[in-house]
Amino acid sequence: MNLINQTWHLFKKEILLEWRSKYAFNGVLLYVVSTVFICYISFNLTPGFEHSGGYKIVWNVLFWIIILFASVNAIAKSFMQESKSRLLYYYTIASPQAIILSKIIYNILLMSLLSILALIVYLLFFTNTIGDPIFYFLSVLLGSCSFSTVFTMISAIASKAGNNGTLMSILSFPVIIPVILVLIRLSKGAMDGLERSLNYGNIGVLCAINVIVLATSLLLFPYLWRD
Amino acid sequence: MKFIYQTWWKVLAVILVFSTFFTGLLFHVPTLPVLHETIRNLYFHVPMWMAMLTVFVVSVFYSVKYLSTGKEEHDLAAVECVNTGLLFYSLGLVTGMIWAKYTWGEFWSGDPKQNSAAIAFLLYCAYLVLRNSIDEEQKRAKISAIYNIFAFPIMIVLIFILPRMTDSLHPGSGGNPAFGKYDLDNGMKIAFYPAMLGWSFIALWIATIRYRIRLIEYKKNAIN
Repeated sequence: MNLINQTWHLFKKEILLEWRSKYAFNGVLLYVVSTVFICYISFNLTPGFEHSGGYKIVWNVLFWIIILFASVNAIAKSFMQESKSRLLYYYTIASPQAIILSKIIYNILLMSLLSILALIVYLLFFTNTIGDPIFYFLSVLLGSCSFSTVFTMISAIASKAGNNGTLMSILSFPVIIPVILVLIRLSKGAMDGLERSLNYGNIGVLCAINVIVLATSLLLFPYLWRD
Repeated sequence: MKFIYQTWWKVLAVILVFSTFFTGLLFHVPTLPVLHETIRNLYFHVPMWMAMLTVFVVSVFYSVKYLSTGKEEHDLAAVECVNTGLLFYSLGLVTGMIWAKYTWGEFWSGDPKQNSAAIAFLLYCAYLVLRNSIDEEQKRAKISAIYNIFAFPIMIVLIFILPRMTDSLHPGSGGNPAFGKYDLDNGMKIAFYPAMLGWSFIALWIATIRYRIRLIEYKKNAIN
């Protein structure tokens, strides 16, 4: 009960901090919107592209790449914005599991919100070609969960190792590639409106990766935070 | 740790690996379309991955041990196991690529198995980069141990689970039968299992030698 209580309080604190400054949210939202707009303008240079055969594939892959970079930017901040003395204060009042758990839950919330907004903006600019919207929406939510769990732990490691952005991308990309491969396959299935049962295997793999990453994060973070 | 100074398993490793040179190249193999004699690559390609997996498991074991005890030696063992594992990783990739040239037609054909093996290679390169980025020894040991434990399950998912779910040409993936199903008759097993064991021991041997060299260097540099 203690852990849940601590996690809940830290989670509320994260939301409150974000609500006051709205820095991460607005920054990443602006990033997403401007990227989508750049893509929109670039695609408009070749008229009639939305009727060509490759349009659906480009649509899907482009969306995931935008979400990937947006989430790296959003989540990399989660440990870097904390000052050293404030971290020290958390450690005296809360258990390490509560800290990482609250960060993960907060990032899941942030990323879900951001990717839903990104999807809406994306749909506004690009012709909608989704065959199974509910399933596509589900894959976007699953994707933002997986990105959050993976990137939170990696950003904790990177922040301990000198806080640079290069290290964050070097460490996270090999880990995120399997996730994004499965996600693109899953959402391509939803886009083509395939039979849903064909994709249950992919959802299973994603959930399994999430559970593995979450379990290892909870096990390893207590060793990471002690300096 | 006494195990690494004993001789019997090193002798066994040499005997086993030498025996597979003869049994693997001379024994009867089933005649199959496309594969023909390249099926013998099973004795030399799969053991490389087995050897890699062995040293990586040992490395994770020592990373866990480092986190619980904080002894510098455990960190040295973990990093040397990863270095040795990367050597066998490259050998496994190269033997696989040579085999692919004769059966699939290209050294690198973008097969899911090849691609995820390459990504997993990046995962362990990132481990080495992470080590180089931290100067303080204890911090480096701790953070890299954490990353090592974190990376291992991802590597398993990448190499052994994901390719099985897609259309891979690799035996054992994408609905293709593994050799174990019905090609691996009793004649092949005589060559295959000793090769697996022998190469795993060879990998361990290389790792222990590298570890012992590092240990000597570490003791020389220590301040008494």
